[in-house]
Amino acid sequence: MNTINMRDEPLVYELSRAGRTGSSLPRSDVPEYAVPGELVREELDLPELDELTLVRHFTRLSQKNFSIDTEFYPLGSCTMKYNPKVNEVAASNPGWKNLHPLVGDENAQGALELMWRLQEGLREVGGFAAASLQPAAGAHGELSGVLMIRAALRARGDEGRKKMLIPDSAHGTNPASCTMAGFETQTIPSGPDGNIDMTALKAALDDTVAGIMITNPNTLGLFERNIEEICRLVHEAGGYVYGDGANMNALAGVFKPGSSGIDVMHFNLHKTFSTPHGGGGPGAGMVAANTSLAPFLPGPIVVKDGDAYRLAMPPKSIGRVKAFYGNFGVLVRAYMYLLMMGADGLRSVAENAVLNANYLKSLVEDVYPVPYKRRCMHEFVAKGTVAEGVHTLDIAKRLIDYGFHPPTIYFPLIVQEALMIEPTETESKETLDLYADALRKIAAEAATQPELLHEAPHDAPVARLDEVMAARCPILCYRG
Amino acid sequence: MSFIPNTGAERAEMLKAIGVSSVEELFSDIPAHLRIKGLDLPEGISEIEALDTVDSLAERNVQTKKMDWFLGAGAYYGYIPAVVPALAGRGEFLTAYTPYQPEVSQGTLQAIFEYQSMAAKLLGMSVVNASHYDGATALAEAVLMAWKARDDRPRILLPADLHPEYTQVIETYCTSFGIEFVQYEGAPEAASFDEKTAAIVIAYPGFSGEVYPIRKAADRAHEAGALCIVQADPVMCALMKSPGEQGADIVSAEGQSLGNPLNFGGPYLGIMGTTEALVRRMPGRIVGETKDKNGKRGFVLTLSTREQHIRREKAVSNICSNQGLSMLQACIYLATLGKQGLKEVARQSYDKAHYAAELIDRIEGYRVRNSQFFREFLVETPKPAAQIVKTLSRMGIMPGLALSRYYPERANELLVCVTEMNTRAQIERLAAALKEASK
Repeated sequence: MNTINMRDEPLVYELSRAGRTGSSLPRSDVPEYAVPGELVREELDLPELDELTLVRHFTRLSQKNFSIDTEFYPLGSCTMKYNPKVNEVAASNPGWKNLHPLVGDENAQGALELMWRLQEGLREVGGFAAASLQPAAGAHGELSGVLMIRAALRARGDEGRKKMLIPDSAHGTNPASCTMAGFETQTIPSGPDGNIDMTALKAALDDTVAGIMITNPNTLGLFERNIEEICRLVHEAGGYVYGDGANMNALAGVFKPGSSGIDVMHFNLHKTFSTPHGGGGPGAGMVAANTSLAPFLPGPIVVKDGDAYRLAMPPKSIGRVKAFYGNFGVLVRAYMYLLMMGADGLRSVAENAVLNANYLKSLVEDVYPVPYKRRCMHEFVAKGTVAEGVHTLDIAKRLIDYGFHPPTIYFPLIVQEALMIEPTETESKETLDLYADALRKIAAEAATQPELLHEAPHDAPVARLDEVMAARCPILCYRG
Repeated sequence: MSFIPNTGAERAEMLKAIGVSSVEELFSDIPAHLRIKGLDLPEGISEIEALDTVDSLAERNVQTKKMDWFLGAGAYYGYIPAVVPALAGRGEFLTAYTPYQPEVSQGTLQAIFEYQSMAAKLLGMSVVNASHYDGATALAEAVLMAWKARDDRPRILLPADLHPEYTQVIETYCTSFGIEFVQYEGAPEAASFDEKTAAIVIAYPGFSGEVYPIRKAADRAHEAGALCIVQADPVMCALMKSPGEQGADIVSAEGQSLGNPLNFGGPYLGIMGTTEALVRRMPGRIVGETKDKNGKRGFVLTLSTREQHIRREKAVSNICSNQGLSMLQACIYLATLGKQGLKEVARQSYDKAHYAAELIDRIEGYRVRNSQFFREFLVETPKPAAQIVKTLSRMGIMPGLALSRYYPERANELLVCVTEMNTRAQIERLAAALKEASK
């Protein structure tokens, strides 16, 4: 049984009663000034609620979510690990919350020192020459990185290179980021072992290649065994190698991407470094580079002069990718995590993340076919082909009835009926055992009572929703 | 402190189940020479020690609350009711992912729908998406959206009076495309529209705080077949006509001042809204209302064929993770303040700013440059503004932004911001200190 709140909850507008308010300000102590007539706003349709009604409303809404704090949430490639509570305490210090971004370097030395220490720490984790904390999310880091490649090509007079190579297992953000940077993409197929097909790669390498974007481990949860050769070949062809760090949780303290030849990479601090996903964000997508691309990093970055810290633009920077200096509040949480983990802790994170994934795989792979027979890293991809007429979607929805969040489904695109499962290192063996049990029971149900799966979830505030209607006749705003 | 539950005995048991003898074996796909022994970082420390380290860094920063604060310039010191972080910080919101599984994400989805509704009504638009990284990236994406919607037209009209960091972000985002930016000064209706113009960007208000009415420029844009993009202050829209009421096609805004703390510049909230006609060109996640098979109301992510996870290189943007929690803070803030509360915040900010401007304009050597403004205004100073900021800071007053930070040649200009947090006494102290500093 789930603990999820099954009751219907009205919208804030439906709870509104004219004349109520949930806030108060001190009485104004200055004269009133007239607003120019042509600019006066007549109508403002916002709800009116008292504070208690509001508190119950949002508390009840929160109870309609699955979350890491309440359920196992093994979304592949999302790294839904525990988000330490102390990080929230650290980030809510008034010294951060009440720090204005334009106070000047001399008035924000604590903040700049934190950024510098985080920059340096993550640089070491990745094995890179320099880093910028500017990007606000993974895709924002990708955009920054491919713009850096573009700028470097421009700087060496090689603007004709427009082709970016993308493995067919890549996240959708990779090709979308390339388009935003004015590149064309060419898909490189995966070989029978789930890694990049080297023959196809070699065939694609010509003098129009700007670079390649590689996720390692890839979205199948498999390490790119030829990573060094890939980097060498791309470099020889005159291109750069972008590393998508989405799956760094498998590697911290074990392998440094920078030392394998990757030129520029983003880190998802909201994955590997434990900052909360917040129902969609904010993340932080720090981007790091080797010496050839470091001058192009987005800025400003923090520079240390003696005992003082200051913001500076890298010499050939692609410029600003957002106002001010990154999602600073997220950086505080990531720095807390880095401090608490240290060198030994990070290594242990990678080891246990990989151990948990391989263990869970071993418990279910006889029932859920795993297409690539290799040891996985932090996640694995299986197929939901357990019975005729039953689909991965049905299995995912049935998991909800067992009190588990479904894994990522139908991704990567190269595996039919994919279930992409990433348990993370913060889950216990009991939880993994229970999850495997549920998956096995569901496979049995699929054979004997498939309607249980087709009708699932049975134990959620709503049944399956009509997504076609939502897109065809969009209702995107309350129409009261 | 590692947050890892596996014990030594459990690890051994799990390795046995996998059929390997050591964890190292699990990493055998990584070429041996690339596997490292360890990182050159300190060993991990306890929660107490880590918190002490970070708290001691936090103490080494200047804080709004400890001074008379008149600095805004794109980040505003406003009151955040206690219920906002208390509710947004609930673990069920905080530690959920993007709501891909709607049946177990109705809390997040309904909250996004409520935010979309309140923000759309505030800005006067048909639809608002679930957020961008901040106001600057929302504006940059709005520019790209408009340019693609008018793809036979290369020109975008940009106001000179726009936050300089926003201008820089637009440049970064648009660097790969042949977009021709033409800067205009002053009133937007005076900009030169022609058949090459894809869109005009109007800052409402401008970086200087000046409020330029939108209607005439929007009409001129539409007559010329161009789109009208407005970068708006959402709090101002509670008091002054919304961009939508004045003909805007796309609105972007920085939503930090709707319940998000200053946090040294982030996480903030990029707001973007548009009309029904353009919604399928808008980037970002959007939540829609629908029904389940029993006819019960529910909410889902919708119109996702615009997005990267479906369309890959043909997506309208690469945005994936957004600013969900900042959006939730804004959602709860708007619901808490409601109709009267937000008007009151806007009204007090307006009155206090005008009172401050009146006092400062009377001081010899100072002159307020704006003809109409909301809560921020530009002051000509008798001495370099940076020097005045330094002097007043020592007295516990942060008088504003010296424009020389962005424009070295504009040494004698100070951008002053007054919000609902400032009292009459603080404003009078500011005026007295400015007078003293001019001597």
